[in-house]
Amino acid sequence: MSNIVRDTPLPQTGKAIGVETLGMTMRFGSFTALDNVSISVPACSFHALLGENGAGKSTLVKCIMGFYHATSGSLSVDGREVAIASPKDAATYGLGMVYQHFTLVPSLTGAENLVISRPEVPAVINWAKERKDLAAFMERMPFNIPLDRPVSELAAGEKQKLEIVKQLYLGRSFLVLDEPTSVLTPAEADEMLGLVRGMTERGELTVLMISHKFHEVTKFTDAVSILRRGRLVGTGKIGELSTTDMAAMMIGDVRLAELDSRLPVPEAARPVLTVEKVKAPDRSGLKTIEIEDLTVRSGEIVGIAGISGNGQKELTEILAGQRPTDTGRVVVNGETYGATRSETRKNNVRFIPEEPLQNACAPKMTVSENLAFRTFDLKPNGKDAIWLSRGAMKKRAAALISDFKVKTASSSSPIAALSGGNVQRAVLARELTGDVDLLIVSNPCFGLDFSAVAEVRARIMKARNSGTAVLLLSEDLDELLEMSDRIMVISEGKLVYETSALGADVGVIGAHMAGHH
Amino acid sequence: MDESGIGFWGVPLAIFAGAIRVSTPFIFVSLGETITERSGRINLGLEGTLVFGAMSAYAVTVLTSSPWLGVLAAMATGAVFGLVHGWICKFPKVNDIAIGIAMMQFGLGLAFFLGKPFIQPAAPKLPSILLGGWSGIPQVQAALNINVLFFIGASLAVFLFWAFKNTRIGLTLRVVGDSTDAARAMGLSPDTVRLLATAVGSSLAAVGGAYLSLYYPGSWNEGISSGQGLMAVALVIFARWNPIGCFLAALLFGGAGALGPALQSVGVTQGYYLFYAAPYVLTLIILIITSSPTRSLAGAPGVLSLTK
Repeated sequence: MSNIVRDTPLPQTGKAIGVETLGMTMRFGSFTALDNVSISVPACSFHALLGENGAGKSTLVKCIMGFYHATSGSLSVDGREVAIASPKDAATYGLGMVYQHFTLVPSLTGAENLVISRPEVPAVINWAKERKDLAAFMERMPFNIPLDRPVSELAAGEKQKLEIVKQLYLGRSFLVLDEPTSVLTPAEADEMLGLVRGMTERGELTVLMISHKFHEVTKFTDAVSILRRGRLVGTGKIGELSTTDMAAMMIGDVRLAELDSRLPVPEAARPVLTVEKVKAPDRSGLKTIEIEDLTVRSGEIVGIAGISGNGQKELTEILAGQRPTDTGRVVVNGETYGATRSETRKNNVRFIPEEPLQNACAPKMTVSENLAFRTFDLKPNGKDAIWLSRGAMKKRAAALISDFKVKTASSSSPIAALSGGNVQRAVLARELTGDVDLLIVSNPCFGLDFSAVAEVRARIMKARNSGTAVLLLSEDLDELLEMSDRIMVISEGKLVYETSALGADVGVIGAHMAGHH
Repeated sequence: MDESGIGFWGVPLAIFAGAIRVSTPFIFVSLGETITERSGRINLGLEGTLVFGAMSAYAVTVLTSSPWLGVLAAMATGAVFGLVHGWICKFPKVNDIAIGIAMMQFGLGLAFFLGKPFIQPAAPKLPSILLGGWSGIPQVQAALNINVLFFIGASLAVFLFWAFKNTRIGLTLRVVGDSTDAARAMGLSPDTVRLLATAVGSSLAAVGGAYLSLYYPGSWNEGISSGQGLMAVALVIFARWNPIGCFLAALLFGGAGALGPALQSVGVTQGYYLFYAAPYVLTLIILIITSSPTRSLAGAPGVLSLTK
């Protein structure tokens, strides 16, 4: 680290520093990802950075952190211009970043993770001394995390806190948080952000937080900067800008798809999916998934809320026939359902798993082939086909592509070449075409931008209104509250709480998600 | 039936002695493979490395009359094999398993080619320690005549168990094996760590080979290994990448391997050939028990994978 020429004094650890960008521009070839952006984050402030996917938020922070070298523009730390060529240089100036995905090593304990992340680690680690030092360090931290357990056993909230603690342990005093609450429950998110806010108020830390949750931005941060298509389109103190202003600045003048108005669920709606007393081992083999009773009726959306890793994946795998069950049964349209291709076809069951590119597509096959997965082996009259009809597949694909507004160079491009939103649209097109009695959807809007999210939700709502029974598993509580008729909470493999979505109490749902029941 | 003087007691005694005698190469190969796999890479070439180590140890011992120089020579050649494996695997889209199989065949072929002149001459053996002096029974004395390498292997297992938790190198290895991204974020070079881990692992496997040619069975020929290098890979999975577990599993395999000869030595004349297959049957059973379509394997290094 001695090889970098430093023209400013090293920041003191535990004392917040301010950061400013001036005319930051980043071009990748002919594409301008960041266009003359100047933002100022004074010491001890909690600053929010808003913007849609692809607006340039991560490009901006990557320029600050030295992952990218800005095409032009400059960066100041505590009022002095600095040159940051690598993340190491950024660390020297006390700048640190907490990523959306965890960078902790899962099989190591918290203490091991902290110690090994230091730039200098002794050849033989004296754990007695390290534990004492860590305990003393944790005394000064507002967070309470068990350091002696493997990180893989920690809850998402604890991991996120440990990521922040790690940065502070390494002596950073300016932190970039990239959507830090995306995997946390509302209560965990509030607690974590409250503690971070406290540290900025005490002058120990400056924070720049990338977020897309307005309520977090208005509740915890001091000021906000908004990016759209690489440009800074607005900045201001919280309180001077309403959330409507912020949303308008973020998305510009794009019209979002509107949800159909919700038709009431008829009293006598027939149950389409019933899960009765199903028990199955989870993927670690140590815990069991126990679904006592889950019913989804025609024309109804049942939302399953829960923190990631509480059995949602296993539940979808059971319903998709990918996970054998020990006891109990799954009933669709009054008959036991084993998710074979013929049963699926007979009962019109459709399935949109999370990460559809990996789980519902063959990434290297073409868009048109992927769109034909449900129908390629059928003749137009419904009999089994022996030869593929390429022409019919192409024609059908072209119709679906225009109907669902899938943006693709051609129907014969590999589906992996599409953006996340367009893969999701293509999968929706395949799964929602024709009669659908039951739709199972998992995290359908994860990682999509505003307009794609609106589109996906509108399609699902339309299917519901035309009588489809929808089981919606999501980690986004706002999405569940907006879409569902009933919400159930899954925690440690069991459905622990049920409420109608109308007038549901977020606090109560959050408490059940966190395991307090 | 009673010509040995201790009758059927000879069977457990022979299994005990066999467990120690046969397990030593398993201990070294599996500890080596544990180091390599903990760094996130599988080296299936250890069978070739083991045989080449056996050959080079024997050859150097014949030429210098010093078995310890032979062991050092085996370690050096093993390290070279590991470096080649690690170096090839650092290129993108290279599959470590395919390279391992190629290296295995290469090692076997090269060892047979270079080892031809050393099949005839006799080399001095590695020393062993007599712990059975207190007993008057020759079988007990023989069983407690234990090779120095066994003790080195046992202490190495304990040392590695400690080192994975308490040293910078140990933690670095686990970080690299569990998350390439996290390792890069810490400024570590995963390729270099894996290269060195493969080299060290291979040189340990070659020590296992040196034991074969310099102690038990104690000669060099083309049939010297009966798949110890491959079975050690299954053993590492069985032991959940835990060095002490590797040591115990190696003893178990050694004991199973000694079952056939032990039964034969007490006069069982029929069916003992089936018991010669015990280690292989054990390998199959272990792989079946430890695999499951619905569970993920606990303790497996995160980066370790069969596909790339």
